[in-house]
Amino acid sequence: MRTIDSKLMTQTVRDLFLSAAKMPGSDALRAIESAHETETCAPSKQALAQLIDNARISGETGMPYCQDTGMAVVFIDVGQDVHIDGDITAAVNEGVRGAYKQGYFRMSVLDPLTRQNTLDNTPAVIHFNIVPGDKIDITVAPKGFGSENMSRIAMLKPSDGITGIQNFVIDCVKTAGGSPCPPVVLGVGIGGTFEKCALLAKKQLLRDIGSTNEDDALAKLEQSLKIDINALGIGAMGFGGSNYCLAVHIAKYSTHIAGLPVAVNFQCHAARHAHATI
Amino acid sequence: MKQIQAPFNATDIKLLHAGDIVSLSGNVYTARDAAHARLFELLNNNQPLPIPIAGSGIFYAGPCPDMPGRVINSCGPTTSSRMNAFAPTLYDMGLNFVIGKGPVSSDVKQAITRNGAVYFAAVGGAGALIASHITVAEKIAFDDLGAEAIRQLTFDKVPLIVAIDSYGSSVFC
Repeated sequence: MRTIDSKLMTQTVRDLFLSAAKMPGSDALRAIESAHETETCAPSKQALAQLIDNARISGETGMPYCQDTGMAVVFIDVGQDVHIDGDITAAVNEGVRGAYKQGYFRMSVLDPLTRQNTLDNTPAVIHFNIVPGDKIDITVAPKGFGSENMSRIAMLKPSDGITGIQNFVIDCVKTAGGSPCPPVVLGVGIGGTFEKCALLAKKQLLRDIGSTNEDDALAKLEQSLKIDINALGIGAMGFGGSNYCLAVHIAKYSTHIAGLPVAVNFQCHAARHAHATI
Repeated sequence: MKQIQAPFNATDIKLLHAGDIVSLSGNVYTARDAAHARLFELLNNNQPLPIPIAGSGIFYAGPCPDMPGRVINSCGPTTSSRMNAFAPTLYDMGLNFVIGKGPVSSDVKQAITRNGAVYFAAVGGAGALIASHITVAEKIAFDDLGAEAIRQLTFDKVPLIVAIDSYGSSVFC
């Protein structure tokens, strides 16, 4: 049994958010650059050029790339041979609190009904998972809500099949249009239960943009959906063109004989996440 | 890129067409979800508003907290459609223009054409770029709303796209 001090959790979470909430990952920046190179629609090309400039200015000034520095989503895989000294949830929230204050990040979290802001961007949304081993894996993903708001889940019928899944994803894109800050990444979950399906979709946003799915059938579905989505011509920011979607990432899980849940989680071009192991 | 100066008279507005890439200088007020709710509470109670609506421009935005040494921290647009319920009334009160991101409802579009106004889209997520084109930022009202307080900003050549023009044409599919 290995003991880890919860203070180390706080420090790690704080450091991860300080880097992640400021700037999209290098995979996202590369994908935006390549979209800019191929885009022929003038307003859309201009928007993509501004995003490249924006990343440069953010790097030079220390100002966050996007003012929506997100709600703090944290995935924690705890090795079953680890003992944590202290309150792990409190430690994570303390790390979030510290990062958002130190980084001059926006405090966007509030009570859903009274709309009273908590003023420190807590609580985080924390997903714990118990895994073999004596390490703790932490991935942070500050999530902006322009894209989160466009996300949807559908409990399809088994007879809807793959065509039903494709139609639902396309319908989500048509409904979202230019609102979720395209170019976007789409995380798609297929199967499980209602909540499992949404979590599958969310976790797909952590993948490197454009990385190949290990499942051949899902890899093909990802490619064909990306082509179909970009062929809609909605384009970056909804200004037209062929670069609405940087990648579709899909995961599946076993489901019930009566069901075919599908969840689509939108991620704007500010695709931000960071990872550490302690 | 066409240089334009706010506020716009009827002639200026007629020269703007959906899809035009422009850079805007002049004053705007920030207001997003919570500030709009407050403004409408005042309107519904026949109370005076803290900002003039007629002839003004509203930027749907809520910046990051002030950072030492900078006029304003990262400050990009938020999704305009969340203000669909509020926008027609404000256009009817003489609101000159709005800056936001993404498409808006047909009611809002009709209010834009009915009043000879204009809707600009800024690039969502370009918060640092837009902040670097803001020369003055001053809190005007609803300070307790933090990021959502109303600020008056002075723009110096902020790059925008005419999203819906006074003729009702739209850049969005």
